[in-house]
Amino acid sequence: MIHLSAFDLALAAALVLLLAALTARLGTGLAMRILVAAARMTVQLLLVGLVLKVLFAQVHLGWIALVSLFMLLVAGREVMARQARRLKGPWGFGIGTLSMFLSSFSVTLFALLAIIGNQPWYQPQYSIPLLGMLLGNTMTGIAIALDRLNQAAWRERREIEAQLMLGYPAAEAIRPIRRESVRAGLIPIINAMAAAGIVSLPGMMTGQILAGAPPVEAVKYQILIMFLIAVGTGFGTLAAVWAGARRLFDSRHRLRLDRLTGSGS
Amino acid sequence: MSAQPRLKVERLSIPGLLAPVDLVLAPGEILCLSGPSGAGKSRLLRAIADLEPHSGRLWLDGTPSEAMTPEAWRRQVGLLPAESGWWADRVEAHFRQTPGADALADLGFNAPILQQRVDRLSSGERQRLALLRLLENRPLVLLLDEPTANLDPANVDRVEALLLRYRGSRDAALLWVSHDPEQIARVADRHLDLRDGALHAAAGAAA
Repeated sequence: MIHLSAFDLALAAALVLLLAALTARLGTGLAMRILVAAARMTVQLLLVGLVLKVLFAQVHLGWIALVSLFMLLVAGREVMARQARRLKGPWGFGIGTLSMFLSSFSVTLFALLAIIGNQPWYQPQYSIPLLGMLLGNTMTGIAIALDRLNQAAWRERREIEAQLMLGYPAAEAIRPIRRESVRAGLIPIINAMAAAGIVSLPGMMTGQILAGAPPVEAVKYQILIMFLIAVGTGFGTLAAVWAGARRLFDSRHRLRLDRLTGSGS
Repeated sequence: MSAQPRLKVERLSIPGLLAPVDLVLAPGEILCLSGPSGAGKSRLLRAIADLEPHSGRLWLDGTPSEAMTPEAWRRQVGLLPAESGWWADRVEAHFRQTPGADALADLGFNAPILQQRVDRLSSGERQRLALLRLLENRPLVLLLDEPTANLDPANVDRVEALLLRYRGSRDAALLWVSHDPEQIARVADRHLDLRDGALHAAAGAAA
């Protein structure tokens, strides 16, 4: 593996500066955001590198659990922030975070115990990257699905209530929206699977190849990861949409848009 | 009229909008409701249909609303909103059973209307079809929010005649929001005004 020096990274960073300068001249208002995002990414990844270094040096389940919890909470915050309208109170954070926890953690555990079978099973070199990839993808799926669910319920409140008025149960009135939200959450991973290897070379596999792994071994790991991500995103999205749709109604099957932010009451 | 009221409303209130309201409708009674816009007529109707959180209690033929499932309550206490909602593309998909030619003719339609796209309908057509859709459930109480607001005179006559006939066939009680004094004079047994969050006997009406 060829090691990168600080100078090598600076060369690439110079290109980003060039991009920022160009967008500033065009007046897109993006220059500052590009620079801040690039700086954030650099600092965050360097910190993660350090954390992983420490974590790998002394393998202890407690530390791994702590890091995992931190990752989960940050992902939960991100899911909340990506919804234009979200449930008020603890529900806004809770539904997304709990769904991610249930799907990402159980799929990661399954992969570690049943497939990889390391000693000890929580070997951070495997568990943390695996969990990170799962969380990152379920996060996207759940955020898109919940955003779609809440927006559609808000926009189509008249259609939903028309069905309630005629005596249809809430579950039936929200069903098309629920279906549409799950679809929206799952489309990215379905597309990623369909395009993998033809249009795009997935990042993880590319990384392993750059690190010197034999291509076929890298491909097998990538296939495993894709399956796990699809399953994690799928179950996480289903759970989040199910819980979110229930919370939009009360026990008397009333559409409770007042439970969403930005509803004015 | 029997002693049991068809609909009984006791201390129904919506926080910040409506002071506690008491209301009793006998079987076959038509109660017209008027009042300035924004007074809360529509939300009172929504609360009686149990679509809106409220305090107070509701009874249908002596059965409290909480003893019925919300679906059963709303099938029996049917709300016709001022603006109807349509969730499918074609008219026909909004009916549990395809309406017969007679039912359509009562409201001035014939069968091809069922294949129409909802977004091609006029607001008056939507209003009349929403009424037809609602009557499919054979509700015992009708909550009507300006049911003839978008209609031409011939269709106002059709809708009024249909509602009066339906009232007779089912002994249904009707809570009818209207701003038209002549219509109120034609159909109402009683007339109340909703002003400042409370019900008042309407001026010049047999209350």
